Amino acid sequence: MKYTATIGLEVHAQILTKSKMFSGCNAAYASAPANSCIDEVSIGLPGTLPVVNQEAIRKAALLGLALNCEIPEYCEFSRKSYTYPDLPKAWQITMYDKPICINGELEITLGNGETKRVGITRAHLEEDTGMLQHGDETHSLVDYNRSGVPLLEIVSEPDMTTPEEARLYAIKLRQILVFLGVNSGNLEEGALRVDANVSIRPEGQKELGTKVEIKNMNSFRNLERALVYELERQEKIAREGGTIVQETRGWDDAAGITLSQRSKEHAHDYRYFPEPDLPPLELSREWVAERRAELPELPDAKFARYISEFGLSKQDAALLSGERETADYFETIVATAGASNAKPVANWITGELFRLIKDGEETLAEVAKRVTPANLTSLIEVVAKGEIGSTVAKQVFEEMYRSGEAPTEIINAKGLRQISDSSVLSQAARDAIAANPKVVADYKSGKLPAIKFLVGQVMRATKGQANPQVVEEALKTELDALN
Amino acid sequence: MSLTPEQVRQVAHLARLKLADDEMERMRLQLSSILDHIELLQAVDVTDVPITAQVTDLTNVTRVDAVTSSLPVDAALANAPDRQGDYFRVKAVFEE
Repeated sequence: MKYTATIGLEVHAQILTKSKMFSGCNAAYASAPANSCIDEVSIGLPGTLPVVNQEAIRKAALLGLALNCEIPEYCEFSRKSYTYPDLPKAWQITMYDKPICINGELEITLGNGETKRVGITRAHLEEDTGMLQHGDETHSLVDYNRSGVPLLEIVSEPDMTTPEEARLYAIKLRQILVFLGVNSGNLEEGALRVDANVSIRPEGQKELGTKVEIKNMNSFRNLERALVYELERQEKIAREGGTIVQETRGWDDAAGITLSQRSKEHAHDYRYFPEPDLPPLELSREWVAERRAELPELPDAKFARYISEFGLSKQDAALLSGERETADYFETIVATAGASNAKPVANWITGELFRLIKDGEETLAEVAKRVTPANLTSLIEVVAKGEIGSTVAKQVFEEMYRSGEAPTEIINAKGLRQISDSSVLSQAARDAIAANPKVVADYKSGKLPAIKFLVGQVMRATKGQANPQVVEEALKTELDALN
Repeated sequence: MSLTPEQVRQVAHLARLKLADDEMERMRLQLSSILDHIELLQAVDVTDVPITAQVTDLTNVTRVDAVTSSLPVDAALANAPDRQGDYFRVKAVFEE
């Protein structure tokens, strides 16, 4: 029997804010000592009152709009009760039946080039929990630094049918989150966490099978691996006539398997109710329109525009549109160099610039201070005029990358301008001919490609400052003059 | 409305209360009579009353995203039942 898989993802994304969701406590806890980023609210002391961080609301709405969600006019926080030491109040403030974003979608591009829409059920704001560490056999240690960090939970429809689709969805969602500056995109640090709900059913059956939740996948690769494993596990049970149990399973990376995790609360009874300490949010249509106006052009739109407007290759368009910083940099340079020069600009950035950044230790922002729009534009113009060849241009680029000097200054200071004096080239051609009688004889006997060797000799003699095509012409003239 | 012992046990579990059998029965009777009292409200006609979870009429009470001071770790841990280094030390959670 063949089975159809149904996969939905729940992504928890920490929102990049300076302070926490409900208090002014420092939210930058990642490398802070234990319990150094806490205040009365984040450790849930009695008598404290939460107050909503407006930046978290703004960023949640931005993400929602980027995913084509509706932003309801009325939105409300609720209490979700559960007793566990990582929640100091014994409840989590979250959004339950009135979330901030509903009914969106995300389009992914599959390996075969086809696109697929994945529905977004909802995205809601909540507070992150503290972190438990193993103490000894009878005790755990709690660090509340993470407690209260703003968290956006983005829930997809169960629209995915393969592990690959799930991975592509997660990658795309991350790209948008990071592009908007909503989230750092750091899976390893847990700033972005992906859980999957997965079930199988016999092909053709309408009714969905029993759903299993998988957690603990800290990379996109592991998300895909865990789903592949889990689908095989479920199919094996189904084929053998067994029953798939509704449960939460954790991905064990080292073993490459999912393992049953007994749930925190035996029977989940969250007893949600509207949070009495937080007045509801009324999001006016004007406010939502302002947020919409704030949305930058997103990677997909940039990708399409770079191809249609600038004629870039798909590969270059993808490399330049995926990250905000790179896209902004590319567009700033094109604004100076002109749209007609967009292709060489793209070539320089995706070629030499990326290579040098990869080999070095600087970020694009630092390098951009030296490889300025004026500098790169000037280099492109000098090449277009034929003043320097492509090999020398790379040398000039690297020099500009290191020093920030203008290309023309580098060219003048190092005497790199291409030799255009025909008498100099003719002399160099005659010298090469005189020094290589055997190659000349080969050429004369009909082995025409032998001239390439002589071109190489002239290029070497002129330290790469000659135009190879002009050199070849000069050599032909000189060789034809021989009898 | 009369609660069953099972319902009382469930509520006690959710509240993390350990009740002896006689306490359980006492709670069952007391909780049942509280529910009976609340049930009087069922008689009120609320057809035209909008559902609300709030009585303050406040909306959009928010703050600017700015960092204020943190609590010194020793102050935060001062009333903790137990500490180890700068961590709160709690009983390990045993899975059920």
